[in-house]
Amino acid sequence: MEPILELRGITKRFPGVLANDHIDLKLYKGEILALLGENGAGKTTLMNILYGLYTPDEGEIFVKGKRLDCQSPTDAIHAGIGMVHQHFMLIPVFDVTENVMLGNEYIKSGGFLDKPKAAKQVLDISKQYSLNIDPNALIEDLPIGLQQRVEIIKILFHDAEILIMDEPSAVLTPQEVEELFNIMDSLIAQGKSIIFITHKLGEVMECSDRIMVIRGGKVVGESTPAEADPEKLAAMMVGRAVELKVEKERSQPKETVLEVENLTVVNKNKKIEVDDISFEVRAGEILGIAGVQGNGQTELVRCLTGLMKAKLGRISIVGEDATHFDPRKITELGVAHIPEDRQKDGLVLPIPVQDNLVLNTYYQEPFAKGIVLQPEIIHSNAKELINDFDIRTPSSTVPVSGLSGGNQQKVIVAREFSRPIKLLIAAQPTRGLDVGSIEYIHRRIIEKRDEGCAILLVSTELDEVMQLADRIAVMYRGKILAIVDAEIATKEELGLLMAGITTEISDKKRRDTTVREIVT
Amino acid sequence: MKEKNHSEKKKFFSIFLEEIQKSSVTYIILAIFTGLVLGGIIAAATTQEIYEAFRESFFGGIGESLRFIWKTYSSLFTGSFGNPSKMISSLFSGDRNALRSAYKPFLESLVVTTPYLLTGVAVALGFQAGVFNIGGEGQLFMGSIMAGWAGWTFKGLPSIIHVPLALLIGILAGALWGFIPGWLKAKTGSHEVINTIMMNYIAFNLSQYLIIGPFQDPNESFKTRFIEESARLFRFFQDPLRLHIGLFIALAVAVIAWYVLYKTTWGFEFRIVGLNPSASKYAGVNSSLITILALTISGAIAGLAGAVEMLGVNFRAVQSLTTGYGFDAIAIALLAKNHPLVVIITAMLFGFMRQGSRVMQINTGIPIDIISILQGFILFFIAAPAIIRTIYRLKEPKQGDLTPQMTGSGEKI
Repeated sequence: MEPILELRGITKRFPGVLANDHIDLKLYKGEILALLGENGAGKTTLMNILYGLYTPDEGEIFVKGKRLDCQSPTDAIHAGIGMVHQHFMLIPVFDVTENVMLGNEYIKSGGFLDKPKAAKQVLDISKQYSLNIDPNALIEDLPIGLQQRVEIIKILFHDAEILIMDEPSAVLTPQEVEELFNIMDSLIAQGKSIIFITHKLGEVMECSDRIMVIRGGKVVGESTPAEADPEKLAAMMVGRAVELKVEKERSQPKETVLEVENLTVVNKNKKIEVDDISFEVRAGEILGIAGVQGNGQTELVRCLTGLMKAKLGRISIVGEDATHFDPRKITELGVAHIPEDRQKDGLVLPIPVQDNLVLNTYYQEPFAKGIVLQPEIIHSNAKELINDFDIRTPSSTVPVSGLSGGNQQKVIVAREFSRPIKLLIAAQPTRGLDVGSIEYIHRRIIEKRDEGCAILLVSTELDEVMQLADRIAVMYRGKILAIVDAEIATKEELGLLMAGITTEISDKKRRDTTVREIVT
Repeated sequence: MKEKNHSEKKKFFSIFLEEIQKSSVTYIILAIFTGLVLGGIIAAATTQEIYEAFRESFFGGIGESLRFIWKTYSSLFTGSFGNPSKMISSLFSGDRNALRSAYKPFLESLVVTTPYLLTGVAVALGFQAGVFNIGGEGQLFMGSIMAGWAGWTFKGLPSIIHVPLALLIGILAGALWGFIPGWLKAKTGSHEVINTIMMNYIAFNLSQYLIIGPFQDPNESFKTRFIEESARLFRFFQDPLRLHIGLFIALAVAVIAWYVLYKTTWGFEFRIVGLNPSASKYAGVNSSLITILALTISGAIAGLAGAVEMLGVNFRAVQSLTTGYGFDAIAIALLAKNHPLVVIITAMLFGFMRQGSRVMQINTGIPIDIISILQGFILFFIAAPAIIRTIYRLKEPKQGDLTPQMTGSGEKI
């Protein structure tokens, strides 16, 4: 059978880097090809070449046997290639139809937009692939999962045959991921072909027909879900054996380190983001906070770390009332913070790695004497941490912006873990990282727990929370719906809670946990 | 002892060189060169004689243009540095008058460089902390008029007290003019660009009022009195050479600014607030305080520039519109990528051009404005690095955003 899409010997060099090294790829009609690889492996570069954003240095692209000279996304769209980007390209204040027709508008005589015609087509597409989208809904009113479907409709509206999906599951709840897979199946059933980019092994095993693993810009292996097993795929991706499961003992909680009582946080627009929540974290345990992005986790963490003010309620850290402390005072209480947005809050990208490693301790002995910085000590501190935490960087004096995401995150972890801490607040500690770095950071977090540190872990990755946490709190619309024991929690149940559905089971379990807490 | 001194000097010099290299000096030189070429073309294209020469023959026109551009730039050079042959011959002859007139352009250029250097450092310091101080001109005005006031009001003080006192009052006046927009930004979020511009107008009009009002010389309209002898800055040579100690004050300020910015915790806070305000909050830095401080210190240095001009050059204030120093300072700082030591060089560039262009206008009749066009071109090329990179086929200095970086497991692809 002739492939619908074929890449032959695609090579792309960037100054000093070979991003794609003679990559061959075949995509057949009606299949889902999973492109698996770590961040920086060259997946995105390859897809950007295919989508006309980059021109390859060598190699050719064939669509249905015809050579495609892809100079811009317009060429790619004409050739029937569409891309769902990781970050949606939608205008929130426009409705679905307007977003879909943007750039490809139907015009009535007299130069007016023919919106009804477009709306009808959107509805047809939605029905054909059971996407359940109302053409007249405003984008900003739609949940993320539905917004993603609008992106898919946009591509189908342009009659795409080949869909490229760049990490589509990163922003979804487990249920939404399931629905996405169903949609992908229905697309395939109707003759579309999909390239699915991801670094999540589970998803690859679940939904793909074929798997291609890319490492260091090269294709290092091909397989099918039937033949492959996750361990082998992970090893292929990383280039060495990887521990996928986090090994940990049962926690031994001791004294309460963080106590939150009836905390309410409102944002700038006076909207309640954190709604009257209470919980506690003890030394030697990990409390995981699960929930879909945007349910108040960000604000909770920012409030606990002094970056946002509490409206009501009380926060006490190691017995001190820290409700109105500023970030420096909170840091000095022995609190470490791995911020959700590492590039915005956690690092100053243009300054050297070594300065980022003392970003919140630069004023203390021995890094400064009086007001004079001690560059030698800052430098030797950096050398030590780069070594201890295996930070891959050419030197400690290069700007941290030059490091990969995983290594940037390691800079933050190294900085926060290297001082004596009693409480760790980790928000999305592994977001966007590759398997190797995730494994590493997970191990470090467990180590900290076993050293007797109290840990609050906030993550939208349910798997991560379930693997690491000892107790799991689910946040929904600013409230904690339940706190359950991680050992007896199931993915389905947590998924329902994340969607705001409190069933009887979880109510019962919550009671059970409360009872157990009172007993201990 | 002497040896130790020497090695320290050497160390400082090597640091200086290192810092300059970091700011990609080749690139700036190329931008300046390109600006000079285009400026020359514009100068030629706006001159009547060139067109007449072209009407006669094409090559004649080209020749005339080249001659004209040569004349423009050579008079710019002699105006700013001096005539090299005269400079050398006067050295041999040893004639004092010949020496003076030969080196006058160079020394005068240094005099003009002084306020550029101070205001340049002022603006650069602001930029480093993420605030855009367009109010340098107003702060300079306030520093100048208030230093003048201290200069003529206090009588009978010894120089050693009078000069620092007058400088300090000038600094305080500039600092106040920087503090107000800084405070407004930190407390109310109002933008410092608007507020510093508004403060400029207040400073212009207030100083004009003072000059024609309370501070006016009883014997001469539209001018203030002269400052006391005791308030004047030390001059190295006799009149008409005006080189004064202010140049060294300015150099010291530049070096101190560099030291504080790159070697102390305060400077670290300045820079991280400037580079990433969110991360600076995370790091526990009081970013509002830094914002206020940055504008206040920036204003203080611009105020010092005004005070130095008053006490070292003018000795009195005259009703005038602007000096342009405070505005050119923005360009000087940007050209230097806000590095205080590089500002020394870019301030000299502007100072020498300003001085040279005056002479150029007198000798060749080319309007002074050609220099503004030239500076405009230079800034334009600095602001749009891609153009210079394309013209001279330079490589990107660092890996761009589009370039994939090292993988998590550390292999370089």
